[in-house]
Amino acid sequence: MSEARAQGPLRRAARRVGIRLLSALPALFGVLVFTFILMRVLPGDPAVFFAAGAAGGQAEIEMVRQQMGLDRPLPEQLLRYLWDVARGELGMSMTTGQPVRTDLLERLPASLELTFAALLLALGLALPLGVLAALRPGSPVDHLVRFLCTLGVCVPTFVSGLLLVYVFYYLLAWAPDPTGRLDVFAATPPGITGFLLVDFALVRDWEGWRAAAAQIVLPASTMALFVLAPLARMTRASMLAVLGSEFIRTARSLGLSGRRVVLVYALRNALIPVLTISGIVFSTMLGANVLVEKVFSWPGVASYALDALLASDYAPVQGFVLLMAAIFVAVNLLVDLLYGVADPRASVA
Amino acid sequence: MSEPLLSVENLHVRFATRGGEVHAVRGVSLHLAAGETLGVVGESGSGKSVTAYAITHLLDRAGRIAEGRILFAGRDITRAGRHELRELRGAAISMVFQNPRAALNPIRRVGEQIGDALRAHTGLTRRAARERALELLEAVRIRDAAARLDAYPHELSGGMCQRVMIAMAIACAPRLLIADEPTTGLDVTTQKTVMDLLSGLIAERGMAMMLITHDLGLAAQYCRRVAVMEQGRVVEEGPTAALFRAPRHPYTRRLVAASPTRHSTVADLVGEAPAPAAPPPAPRRGQGPLLEVQGLRRSFGRVLAVDDVSFRLAPGESLGLVGESGSGKTTLSRMICRLLDASAGRILFDGEDIGAIPASRFHRAPQRRDIQIVFQDPNDSLNPRFTAFQAIAHPLRRLEGMGEGPALRARVEAAARRCGLPLDLLARFPHQLSGGQKARVGIARAIATRPRLLVLDEPTAALDVSVQAVVLKLLDDLRRQDGMAYLFVSHDLNVVRMMCERTIVLRLGRIEEEGPSDALFAAPRSAYARELLDAIPHFAPERREATA
Repeated sequence: MSEARAQGPLRRAARRVGIRLLSALPALFGVLVFTFILMRVLPGDPAVFFAAGAAGGQAEIEMVRQQMGLDRPLPEQLLRYLWDVARGELGMSMTTGQPVRTDLLERLPASLELTFAALLLALGLALPLGVLAALRPGSPVDHLVRFLCTLGVCVPTFVSGLLLVYVFYYLLAWAPDPTGRLDVFAATPPGITGFLLVDFALVRDWEGWRAAAAQIVLPASTMALFVLAPLARMTRASMLAVLGSEFIRTARSLGLSGRRVVLVYALRNALIPVLTISGIVFSTMLGANVLVEKVFSWPGVASYALDALLASDYAPVQGFVLLMAAIFVAVNLLVDLLYGVADPRASVA
Repeated sequence: MSEPLLSVENLHVRFATRGGEVHAVRGVSLHLAAGETLGVVGESGSGKSVTAYAITHLLDRAGRIAEGRILFAGRDITRAGRHELRELRGAAISMVFQNPRAALNPIRRVGEQIGDALRAHTGLTRRAARERALELLEAVRIRDAAARLDAYPHELSGGMCQRVMIAMAIACAPRLLIADEPTTGLDVTTQKTVMDLLSGLIAERGMAMMLITHDLGLAAQYCRRVAVMEQGRVVEEGPTAALFRAPRHPYTRRLVAASPTRHSTVADLVGEAPAPAAPPPAPRRGQGPLLEVQGLRRSFGRVLAVDDVSFRLAPGESLGLVGESGSGKTTLSRMICRLLDASAGRILFDGEDIGAIPASRFHRAPQRRDIQIVFQDPNDSLNPRFTAFQAIAHPLRRLEGMGEGPALRARVEAAARRCGLPLDLLARFPHQLSGGQKARVGIARAIATRPRLLVLDEPTAALDVSVQAVVLKLLDDLRRQDGMAYLFVSHDLNVVRMMCERTIVLRLGRIEEEGPSDALFAAPRSAYARELLDAIPHFAPERREATA
C-alpha cells in the first residue's frame, strides 16, 4: 500500500520528464533549421575562406565547394544535415580539422565548470545579501546591496574581468597568470569527467586542485558579478513578500525564534522563485560568457563558436546553437523537477 | 474574580502611512479574567484586530503603540523586549487567525509545524514533539490523525487547517487565546464544529479567550461578555445576553438591527418600509418561465461539480441558491450567466436554449443584455483603471453600442441614481470609493442594460453588516420596482430567506431540497437543510417575537 503510494509520484515524475522531452523536440528542430538558414544567409563563402586564401584559384574553390557539398541546392543540403544530426554527426570543423562533436565535447566541460563555479559564487553572495536587504528594507545595508548590484550590471564583463586581472594579477600578484584552465607546465589530471576540479579531487591531487581553483577564481568572479543583480534582487523581493505573509505572522505568534522564522519559514519559501531565476541565469551565462572566455583565454564552447562564426565555418556554429538549445531544455527540466521537490503544491497542479 | 489575566488600559495605536498618521485605536480599555471569554465585535476599521495585534506585538512595521498600558498576569508587557515576547507568545498568549490555509506554512508538513510550536518553548526532541503533535491532532479531533501528520496544508480542507492552527495555538498550554475571525470564510457547519471545538478546549483547559468577530451571533453564542468597538473605541461592553437584549449605545443598536436573524425582514434591517412594488410584469411571451434549467451537469476532470440540476424561474421571481463550498452553487450560477459551458443539459431563457451558445461567444448574443451579474468581491470585480462612470457605461457601450454623449451620460446617471450612488462619485476610481459604494457601482453596472435576470453571486459576502443591510434593501427595492428576476447565490441562509421567495438547497452538486423560503426555513424536510439551519449562530433579540 505504502509502496504503491511511493511509486506513484516517481512514476508521474518520469512521465512528466518524458512528455517534456518529447515536447522539446519541435523547438529543437526549429532551432536547427533556423540556424542552418541563418548561416547560409550571412555573407561569407566558406569555400573561398578555406581554399588557401585569396591565392587559391577558381578551380580550387570549386573543388572545396564540391567537397563540402555547397554546390547542391539548399533543401538537399538541409536534408543531408538533418540526417547527419539524427545520426549524431555534427559535421567537420574547417578551422580545427576535427569533428565538431569532438571539439564540443572537449570544450563543454570547461564552459560548464566555469559557469557552475560562477553560479555557485553568485548564489553564495546573492542569497545572504538579498536576505539582509529584505530584513532591513530602506536601511544602509539595503542601499549597499542595491549599489553593488547596480555596479555589477553596469560594468561589462570584459571591463570587470580586465579590472580584476589588473588588481589581483598585476598589482597584488595574488592570482596566477590569467590564461587558460591550468598553468601550461602543470600536469593535467586524467580526463574522467572533464571538470578539472572534480578530476583532481577524484585522484586526490590537492596541489593540482588548488592550481585549477586559482585559475578559475577570476573568470568565475567576473561572471558572478554580472549575474549578482538578478539573483540578489529576486531574493530580496521574494523574501520581502514571504516575510509579509500570514504564516510568518503565525510563526511569530507561536514564539518561534527569529532565526528559525527567517531561515526555515521565510527563506525556504522565498527560494522557490529564486530557483526559477537561477535556471534562466545559468542558461544565459553558458552562452553569454564568450567575452569572459576571450579575456581569460578560457577554452570553452562559446569562444570556439565565435571563432567559427568569424571564419564562416558553418558546422561548429550550428553544432554550438544546437548544444545550447539542448542544454536550455535540460536546465529548464531540471529546474521544474527541483521545483516539484521544493514546493509540494506544484506536483499537484 | 481576583486580578484580571489581561488588562488593556487606554490603548492608542497609530499607523504611519503615506497619507499621514492614522489613529487606528483610540483609548481602548479591556479586561479579561482567567478562564473568561470575551467577544470583541465591530465592523471593518473598528480597530478590533489592531487591538489584538497590539497585545501580542504583531503589528506590522508601520504601527506602534502610542499610549496606554497592556498588563498580562500583572506584568507590564507594553514595551516587552524581543526575548520577553518570545517567551510570552505561544506559551502564555497564542493566536488563531482568519484564513487558516494562508496562516500555515505551505511547504512544511503540518506535523512539523506543530512540532516547531512545541519545540519553541520546550526541550522536546524531534521524535517526542512528533508524538505530542499526534496527541494534539487527536485533541482537535482530526480524523486519521497519524496520516495527517505528514500532510501539507494544501492537502487539507479549510476547516482542518483551522484545527491544525488551533492545535498549534494550544500546544504549549497558554493561558489566553486570541482568535481573530477564526471562522470567516468557513462553511456554516464547519464554523459550528470549529467553534464548538475551540470553546470546548478552552473550557477544558481553563484558558481565557478573546474572540474577535464581525458576527454578533458568533460572539453571543460563544462569549460570556461582549465589547462593541467602533472607530477605535469600545462603545459598549457587558454580559452578552443583557447587551444584546437592551443595547444602550446607538451604534450597538444599529448593529443589532442590521444583523439578519431567523425572523428579520429586509425592512427590519434598515428600519424602512420596502418600496412599493410595481404592478406585476406583463407576461412577455406566453406564460412560460423566464428561465428553465433542464438536467444541467458540469464536471471538472473526474469531479462532478453540478449533477443533473433542473429548476424553473418565473419572470420577476427571486430564487435563492444555498449550499456549502463544493456544493456547486457557483458553478451552476456561472453556467446560467453563461460564463462557463455546461457538460450536459439545457438552459432555456425565454424558451430559447442559450446553453447551446458557447460561453466564449455569449457576449455577442442578444441575451447578454438580459442576463447580468453582480459579483461577490466589489474590489476585484471592478477594473481599477475605470472610473465609476466608465464601469457603469461599459456594458452600455459594449452591449447597446452607445457612443459618448448625453444619451450615455443620462443612462449611466439614471443607473447610479437608482442604486443610491451620489453622482459626484462617478468620476472616482474604485480605490477612492468605500466598500459599500463599490458594491453600488457593481449593481449599477449590472442593471444599466435593464436586464430581466440578475445573477447575484454572494453580493454582500465581503460587506459589513450595516452596509450589507443597506445593499440588501437596495436590491430588494430594485427587484420590486423593475420586476427583475433574481438568482441569488449565497452561503448566508438568513439573507437568502429574506431576499428570495423560493430557495434551492444544493449539496454535492445535487438539489437537496427546494421550496418556498418561508416553509423551507420554518420546517426543513431534509436532514441536511436542518443541519445547515441549526449551525447558524444567532443572538435572537427577543423583541422580534414580541412585535410579531
